[in-house]
Amino acid sequence: MSALEAVASRAVEAALADGADDAEAFGEEQTSRQIRVYGGQVESLSDAGSRGVGVRAFVGQRCGYAYGTDLSEQGLVSVGSAAREAAAVADPDEHAGLPEEFGTTPVEGLASPALGRWPTERKVRLALEIERAARAHTGVTQVEAVVYSDAEGSVVLANSRGFSGAYSATSSWAYASAFAGRDADLMTGLGIGMGRDPEALDAEAIGGEAAERALALVGARQPPSRRCPVVLDAFVSASFVGFIGAMLSADAVQRGRSLFAGREGEEVAHPALALADDATDPEGAASAPFDGEGSPTRRTGLIEDGRLVTFLFDARTARRGGRDSTASASRGSYRSPPSVGTSNLVVSPGEDNLEALVRRTGAGLLVTEVAGLHSGVNPVSGTFSVGASGRLIEDGRLGPPVRELTIASDLVSMLRGVVAVGSEDRWVPVAGSVKSPPLLVAEMSISGA
Amino acid sequence: MSLIAPELAGRVLEQALARGGDLAEVYAEEREGFSLTLDDGRVESPQTGREAGVSVRVVSGDSTYFGYVDGLAEAGLMRVADSVAQATHGEARRPVATTAVSPRDVHRIARPPGDIDAAVKADLLRLCEERARSAGAEVAQVRVGYGESVRRVQVHNSDGVSGADERTRIRLSVQAVARRGDRVETGSDTRGGHAGWELLEDEPGAVADAAARRALTLLDAVGAPTGRLPVVVGNGFGGVLLHEAVGHGLEADAVQKAASVYAGKLGEQVAEPLVTAYDDGERPNEWGSDGMDDEGTPTRRTTVIADGRLTSYLYDLLRARKDGVASTGNGRRSSFRHLPIPRMTNTFFAPGDATPEELIAGVDRGLYAVSFGGGQVEPATGDFVFGVSEGYLIEGGRVTAPVRGATLIGNGLQALAAVDGIAGDLAIATGYCGKDGQSVPAGVGQPHVRIRELTVGGTA
Repeated sequence: MSALEAVASRAVEAALADGADDAEAFGEEQTSRQIRVYGGQVESLSDAGSRGVGVRAFVGQRCGYAYGTDLSEQGLVSVGSAAREAAAVADPDEHAGLPEEFGTTPVEGLASPALGRWPTERKVRLALEIERAARAHTGVTQVEAVVYSDAEGSVVLANSRGFSGAYSATSSWAYASAFAGRDADLMTGLGIGMGRDPEALDAEAIGGEAAERALALVGARQPPSRRCPVVLDAFVSASFVGFIGAMLSADAVQRGRSLFAGREGEEVAHPALALADDATDPEGAASAPFDGEGSPTRRTGLIEDGRLVTFLFDARTARRGGRDSTASASRGSYRSPPSVGTSNLVVSPGEDNLEALVRRTGAGLLVTEVAGLHSGVNPVSGTFSVGASGRLIEDGRLGPPVRELTIASDLVSMLRGVVAVGSEDRWVPVAGSVKSPPLLVAEMSISGA
Repeated sequence: MSLIAPELAGRVLEQALARGGDLAEVYAEEREGFSLTLDDGRVESPQTGREAGVSVRVVSGDSTYFGYVDGLAEAGLMRVADSVAQATHGEARRPVATTAVSPRDVHRIARPPGDIDAAVKADLLRLCEERARSAGAEVAQVRVGYGESVRRVQVHNSDGVSGADERTRIRLSVQAVARRGDRVETGSDTRGGHAGWELLEDEPGAVADAAARRALTLLDAVGAPTGRLPVVVGNGFGGVLLHEAVGHGLEADAVQKAASVYAGKLGEQVAEPLVTAYDDGERPNEWGSDGMDDEGTPTRRTTVIADGRLTSYLYDLLRARKDGVASTGNGRRSSFRHLPIPRMTNTFFAPGDATPEELIAGVDRGLYAVSFGGGQVEPATGDFVFGVSEGYLIEGGRVTAPVRGATLIGNGLQALAAVDGIAGDLAIATGYCGKDGQSVPAGVGQPHVRIRELTVGGTA
């Protein structure tokens, strides 16, 4: 048993000894690095270690949570009793409790040994190469930030029903933010790469993507208002998909806070669209052998042939809904209790590359950036109006860049309007972990001048 | 009581400078929190947490080396100092001696929230739920959130700065969902401060009333108009406009990288002479206030715009040193796990002479944006976007129908230049501001403000 597993099992015992009927402890240990470069130099270099434990205690039908960073015997006893004490404040919930079944699903390749073989200097060189790659593009006026990050960590989960699980994972990712143009015409572009170790990061691709995304927008103007077809590039479709995934949580549905409530089995999207939640994809940043309360992970089809197949359930919402858990108890860190959430959202790619989607659009808009999604979408009704920038589409080709506009619709009309799905899917770690291709939406409302 | 002994802090700084560096700093923090939710008619999710940790940084030229560790144990601390020192390559330097510290006592806490029984907090949530539901039969769902935290911080640096601060924050939020047939709308309101339980003793049900009223009002809302329109922005949370459209562009890290539209504009007239704006981290018991910032600089009021002229950026120690000025006390971090960066505290427009009614009376056809659901800006371009959570049409100088789904988009410099009226009813609301993956409490505020023209992206 590792030291962290011993910590978790000791915390469970402490909560039980203090009077809890059931208890669960989630322990986390992580070391991480972040390197930020600017102007050919290291701007900052961070090295960090963190360790903590969170305990969920059940007293009858009441549930409480506590966490702490003091992993001494005394610290664990105090976290265990704090969780038990917190439970006393809650109202009883007949559906509260640990899952009935536990288990693990083997997922290969979560931890890469290559990460450990990269000394810090080599990671710094990688970050500097990304910066150089972005600057090498004619028209790039500034590379405002290049950040490389990695982490290696272990997670353990133990509970009073005999479950004990542990896994380790590594991750590396980098992003670059490049500027093109000057003064009032300055535009920004983001490039991202991610993987299990730095070998998965292509400096030329990340720097190049940041540069190209900024350059594509130079000279952007406010377009006239209109209704037209819209192509969402992979970054933008991933943002929307992340938002839609959150609405598919059974918790949001059962609390009357999802526009998808009561729509299971219905056609909510164009038949071209298929969406799944998959915690077993080795490439997915959110992949794991078990979820935040010890249910074995799996792939869950959410939208298939345009039909809404199921919501995402943890043990509590499954009991309340008379369903099985989809192993969707998600944990941000030991500092918060599990809650229903997505793991990796995956949109199945289609046939057309971006050029073909644009050609098919004829006249319309390619959106490459959205802003204000969190404040611009009504989560209950699904109506939205968000800030955007991108390129006009004229005669089936990319036209002049545009900015300072909003795109508006509602989420269901948008999903039903996805008439074509692109072939070039990619991971975008912006709104959770999402892998999505570009999407062509038949009509949206554009507000500009 | 200090988190780490000043003598130990001194040894950590010495270790951190063992291979040179211009500045070394040790930052220790301990945080306790409690939160509780009422949702779906049930008090749930009681949570308590306690964490402690320390971070060390060494600044050498333009480079910063940083490390942190959970816990306050000496061994962990010295290990971090040593690992950070390994990143530099020079002659050892001796830090200026550290001194003992006691917390700055700027924001009086009458009733520490930790002294109040958890059952009393649960009852407060039930009261708020009842109040929201009693606002109308169409209120279908109510969520009430309560949170409190105490954060003790201590900082020492090699230039001889030693400081400590204790920060108690409390916040109540209510979200109501109203339903009429297929029509579903949400409304929310919050109250919070760098304050104790006393903040919630005065009519806490008013927070629930406001949330419910917003949701019910929206049931009658018409689609928002689109196009370029005059906009009157409400007081309080309306100040998020200033925060996003102007404030972020004044943070010195963005300015120094020429990643702000306000770079190089110090001393220039950027707004009408009727516009004055402050960042004020010392304002008593305000949500974004502290005794000192997270680098040991006492908080203060900084005038960022005086009579329309841009007068100051917002600095932390590093960026201040680069510009040869003093820190404005804006070096903040969300925890010991983060490097301090320039951040706003409470940012607001100074009150003017007009009344809200006068501002509205001057608009023939426009939008009255009372409150926002949030907003976002790209400081490099100044382009911003805001979702209007409560808004009304203005027709013939009068407020008429409520509208839903309005979004304001524009450019910070242009919007600031277009402010043509400011009322006298200053109010400050509670926000969380995210930047570089760090979230900090930020007060946003203003009196009623009129903007000559903004792009309204509607749904109509």
